[in-house]
Amino acid sequence: MQWKTTAAAALLAVGSSTAMAAELKLDVEIPALQVAEYHRPYVAIWVETDRGRHQADLAVWYDLELKDNEGTKWLKDLRQWWRRSGRQLEFPVDGLSGATRPVGVHSLTFTDNHVGLTDLKPGDYRLVVEAAREVGGRELVKLPFSWPVTATSEQTQSGEHELGRVTLSLQP
Amino acid sequence: MNLKKLAACSLLALGMGASIEAQAHRAWMLPSATVLSGENAWITVDGAISNNLFYFEHHPLQLDNLEILSPGGKLVQAQNLSKGKYRSVFDVELAEEGTYTLQNRNQGVFGRYTLDGEMKRWRGGVDEISQIPAEAEDLRLSEIDSRMQVFVTKGAPTDANFTPTGQGIELVPVTHPNDLFTDEPVEFGFLLDGEPAADLEVTLIRHGIRYRDQVDEIIVKTDAKGQINLEFAKPGMYWLEVEAEQESKLLEGAKRRLSYSATLEVLPL
Repeated sequence: MQWKTTAAAALLAVGSSTAMAAELKLDVEIPALQVAEYHRPYVAIWVETDRGRHQADLAVWYDLELKDNEGTKWLKDLRQWWRRSGRQLEFPVDGLSGATRPVGVHSLTFTDNHVGLTDLKPGDYRLVVEAAREVGGRELVKLPFSWPVTATSEQTQSGEHELGRVTLSLQP
Repeated sequence: MNLKKLAACSLLALGMGASIEAQAHRAWMLPSATVLSGENAWITVDGAISNNLFYFEHHPLQLDNLEILSPGGKLVQAQNLSKGKYRSVFDVELAEEGTYTLQNRNQGVFGRYTLDGEMKRWRGGVDEISQIPAEAEDLRLSEIDSRMQVFVTKGAPTDANFTPTGQGIELVPVTHPNDLFTDEPVEFGFLLDGEPAADLEVTLIRHGIRYRDQVDEIIVKTDAKGQINLEFAKPGMYWLEVEAEQESKLLEGAKRRLSYSATLEVLPL
């Protein structure tokens, strides 16, 4: 009896892991800037409803290397993210905190198993990328999307100052 | 370590293409006012080193080299000096009519070297270089000359304090710095060691960076006569900075990095 249940459970487990997971892929471009003093930007990436209600954080890139967690001092310059989420968190946050990125395109992929997406109710959302640069500016880019993902899609938006092209690719 | 050997070290180090990075922060003084009238005129001044203008967020300004000149060129004592965590403060009584000049001047040598695997910084006069330990490795030296000024006028502006000293970068106003209004042509001249500072980039940043998404700095280049012409569209406090780099005449193989900065108040018409 016990043996049969275990086998059935194992079969079930195998079944769910081979199922296709929806995928959210984000390409974020940190632009090359001609400035006298360049610092890699702080970046926060999150999901909010189309009404602006914060749902989940996906990534925060900041200066992790400073001792005594000093890099957190400037997280507040990610103004929108800070008030929607950041100021409630304690840093570093596992799976969220990452180092600042250099100039170039950086890709992030999330499946619907990701802790930030697994509880997302069906509806309309926005993926938001906010960047703030030391002795530089600050910019927000928002990409709308619907959940769950029913069709493959791709959209791109470009920042003008602190962010380059931001591309959101969705796969059901 | 004798000067020649030291200079040779710095030559080697500099030959590797390295140079001391620009200071990451802005140093400034912010006066409570720049245009005053009446008998009993006082101002209070904040001094700080920060990234954003004019915010107190990093270090207070060292006031050891603060020099205040009355319109007649006499030294005036700052009063009620205090240094806090992010800000230094002092008061100035404007007893005379005319333009007072508040100046913070720094000249000397900046050094960076490695000792026992640790990166060390050094600062001192040119004649104090011998203090740097002989075992210092990868020594990089920079001669610095920085001048920071704030101008305050009680009554009618005067210009006795603008007589050039011929050292470092100096402002030679054509338009008096306490006569700045929006939408009016402004002309400033700059000297470097007494000569017209041609082809230098002048940066002006308006206060309130925190309340906008872009820094929106104004960048103008000095012409062959070392002059710039501009117009201010918005009133407010502006931070002005000019920088220059040349070969040091005092330290063989080192660079001499000069800077001039000022806080200017632009009033609405």
